[in-house]
Amino acid sequence: MFEGGLYPYWIVIFLMMTGLYVVISRDNLVKKVIGLNIFQVSVIMFYVAMGKVRGGTAPIEAEGFTIYSNPLPHVLMLTAIVVGVATTALALSLVVRINEAYATIEEDEIRELEREEEA
Amino acid sequence: MIRHVILRALSKLLIPLIMLFALYVQFHGDYGPGGGFQAGVIFGAAIILYALMFGLEAAKRVFPPRVLEFFVAFGLLLYGGVGIEAILLGGNFLDYGHLAHEPVHGQHLGILLVELGVGITVAAVMASIFFLFAGRGRSDV
Amino acid sequence: MIDVIHIVLFTFLAVIAIAIIRLRDLFAAVMLMGIFSLLSASLFTVMDAVDVAFTEAAVGAGVSTILMLATLSLTHSSESTRYARPRPMALVAVVLTGAALVYATFDMPRYGDPAAPIHHHVADHYIEDTDDEIGVPNMVTAILASYRGYDTWGETAVIFTACVGVMMLLGGARTFYRWRHREEDEPEEAGEAS
Repeated sequence: MFEGGLYPYWIVIFLMMTGLYVVISRDNLVKKVIGLNIFQVSVIMFYVAMGKVRGGTAPIEAEGFTIYSNPLPHVLMLTAIVVGVATTALALSLVVRINEAYATIEEDEIRELEREEEA
Repeated sequence: MIRHVILRALSKLLIPLIMLFALYVQFHGDYGPGGGFQAGVIFGAAIILYALMFGLEAAKRVFPPRVLEFFVAFGLLLYGGVGIEAILLGGNFLDYGHLAHEPVHGQHLGILLVELGVGITVAAVMASIFFLFAGRGRSDV
Repeated sequence: MIDVIHIVLFTFLAVIAIAIIRLRDLFAAVMLMGIFSLLSASLFTVMDAVDVAFTEAAVGAGVSTILMLATLSLTHSSESTRYARPRPMALVAVVLTGAALVYATFDMPRYGDPAAPIHHHVADHYIEDTDDEIGVPNMVTAILASYRGYDTWGETAVIFTACVGVMMLLGGARTFYRWRHREEDEPEEAGEAS
């Protein structure tokens, strides 16, 4: 049912959109980072799904196998995951610094503090 | 963490095995799944487990932040150095074929060194980022 | 059989994603994100990407979750509902974007199609010639370190730069000036009110 259809792409797009929804509808900064992470994993899943070949096997050469899945998306996504965790760490350290400066990690409260300070 | 005797005993047993597994993943990456990125993350996770179980101070004595900072840069420079070495031996940047007498051997050597560089950088980065986060809470104002 | 695995894993992923939207407790949301990563690693294995699955399991379920928990311990572990209000515009934007993306997939090759253009650009060359040119059985390692060595060097440099950024942000002394300022103000106001 899955191989030969478009369903996997649609489910991946659904996951991607839940991540996007968390990012734009929640004010909590840690929640936003979690949403970005969901988005990132879904994008990676999308690329890996495109690399799948029907009846193929993992791209490690072995006796008795001739059809391999496409290794190129795997390579690109492999590095993207590790870069993703490094940038997540950077985002989280920014959140920590914002919390130290404003004592809150809610975007609305930060905006209100800024307004109070200007007034 | 003084009270968690079972966790401490178990992690004492597990940490060396995790590090050994990281080295296996690192050097077996040519033949099976694995490579520098995965090995680096697993090694970093072993250091983080040590810090969680025995305290940040103990972990900083075993893996001093200065040394970790050195390795963060060292891995990247090792990768770049392999590229420069290939230029000096008459090839292009990161052209491993010139590293040994036979191109296939050169490729093998180049991949091994490059993956080692990636692994060192990733492990040191993961550990030092965790140390920075964990040390943030306790440093006095 | 492989379809059943796909369906079960995709269903779990969708349920967890919705639960993360609904939860106000950040600690639970972070743990669910770790489970999300682990389940997607299983899905990567089903899609033949063993190296990606390995990385995702080590990074997403391990280091990433630990860093999130460390952040929560330094900040607050539950989401404030003071300003919470429904956001119809966000839902509309997300549904429209999703519909556009689904519409775009109709032009895509089907899942697992061996004739898809992605499999016949450079991938053929990599799969057939890796054994002769590089002599390494794991094609992913061969492409990562040799064919696309520049790329990987750049990625390593990005990780290095991110680490330097974290060191600059968290390595110095703590600064509490605004917080202190507010805490000094608040008792006075309370005194006036009483």
